Amino acid sequence: MTEVKEKLTKAEERAFAKELVQKIGELAATTGRKLRFMEVCGTHTVAIFRAGLRQILPDSVELVSGPGCPVCVTPDDYMDKAIAYAQRDDVIIATFGDMLKVPGSKSSLNEAKTNGADIRIVYSPMDSIQIAKDNPDKKVIFLAVGFETTAPTAAATVLAAEQQGITNLYMLSAQKLVPPVMEALLNDEEVHVDGFILPGHVSVVTGTGVYEPVIGKYHVPGVVTGFEPLQILRGLYRLVQQVVNGEAKVENEYTDVVKTEGNPVSMAITNKVYESCDTGWRGMGIVPLSGLKMKAEYARFDIEQVLPLEVETVTKKTACRCGEVLRGIVTPKECPLFAKACVPTHAIGPCMVSVEGVCAAWYKYGQGRFEYGK
Amino acid sequence: MCLAVPAKVVAIKDAMGTVDIAGVTRDVSLMLLPETKLGDYVLVHAGFAMQKVEEKDAEETYALMAEMRGAPRTVDKL
Ligand code: SF4
Repeated sequence: MTEVKEKLTKAEERAFAKELVQKIGELAATTGRKLRFMEVCGTHTVAIFRAGLRQILPDSVELVSGPGCPVCVTPDDYMDKAIAYAQRDDVIIATFGDMLKVPGSKSSLNEAKTNGADIRIVYSPMDSIQIAKDNPDKKVIFLAVGFETTAPTAAATVLAAEQQGITNLYMLSAQKLVPPVMEALLNDEEVHVDGFILPGHVSVVTGTGVYEPVIGKYHVPGVVTGFEPLQILRGLYRLVQQVVNGEAKVENEYTDVVKTEGNPVSMAITNKVYESCDTGWRGMGIVPLSGLKMKAEYARFDIEQVLPLEVETVTKKTACRCGEVLRGIVTPKECPLFAKACVPTHAIGPCMVSVEGVCAAWYKYGQGRFEYGK
Repeated sequence: MCLAVPAKVVAIKDAMGTVDIAGVTRDVSLMLLPETKLGDYVLVHAGFAMQKVEEKDAEETYALMAEMRGAPRTVDKL
């Protein structure tokens, strides 16, 4: 973007949004049933709620949130491991801030921090290199969670550490991949979706081709969209259009930043350090080839290989329904704890902890303002 | 967590860039977007420039508007 191009005025945006909503309704009505579209990106979840899109859409179109919040889908055993490492005197944990409140099976990183663990919040995984340099006698562990967007930033950090000869920086990796979990959802009999709002920033890295196998195999439409209300509505229009036309293809309504080929440098860097593996998702169990683990060449940066810890994870029995919320099977309102025992300041499940969590979005944007669940 | 914001690149030194995000400057790594040039707008995520931003959105919105009002689909997305 070298020159500033013409932008839509607010009035134009509003008028067009109205027109789109009406067209979406008219088109959807021709199918004679209710269409359900799922977003698989936590940033979309928040954008949809903030804009109040669920309220303005016609009854024939329902939006449902999927497993798009990395913090939410990270299972208890990962958190238990992170906490166990944090409790060691020779360890400094570097992490994005939203991991702190996530409950493991017994405790949280926040609790560990209160009890003296050295846990530093970083804005970029690269910041952990400086922490490692400043603390040569400590093992610095970066909690590498996230989707395809975040994986290359962790991988690049490993490569930079290697280049700088840093020997006390490690990753505790639980990176997750979107297409395999879409497939798992489509194989799940309880989950019904007519199309996917595909994640904007994951697609920036992966490009649009990665979704084609699953979209083709299950004949379910998918559209990559941005995060502005109008962009999301444009994506929905395309989804409904595909359903009506009996099509199932990947379309891109976010060409500002999403290129067909993605960012090949990022993909190459991820693939240099990581390889895919089966991994566990909260509420979904093990999903084949849906995660990333460090390759053997980089084992010396993998804390689980350098310093394996045996951690016991006790399955707790609570009424928390995060597992079903993350698959779009129930709405937070159907959880008996929602807005009662479970609120953002005292969250019971991760879907309420994370700002991108579905329960947190319902609580923040729903309480007393809108009536959801139509 | 995959939140990313557009920012203007105001300085480049080796594999690091300085970006301006709504008046606040920040250092970002250019390791994932080595072709970044001064003055580019880039999408920033977790301290890295992830992709160049090209402003095509308004154009596409107008195209879709026209399409909804009966014009043939012009922009082939993929
Ligand atoms: S409201 Fe709280 S307890 Fe219920 S599903 Fe959501 S996070 Fe879990």
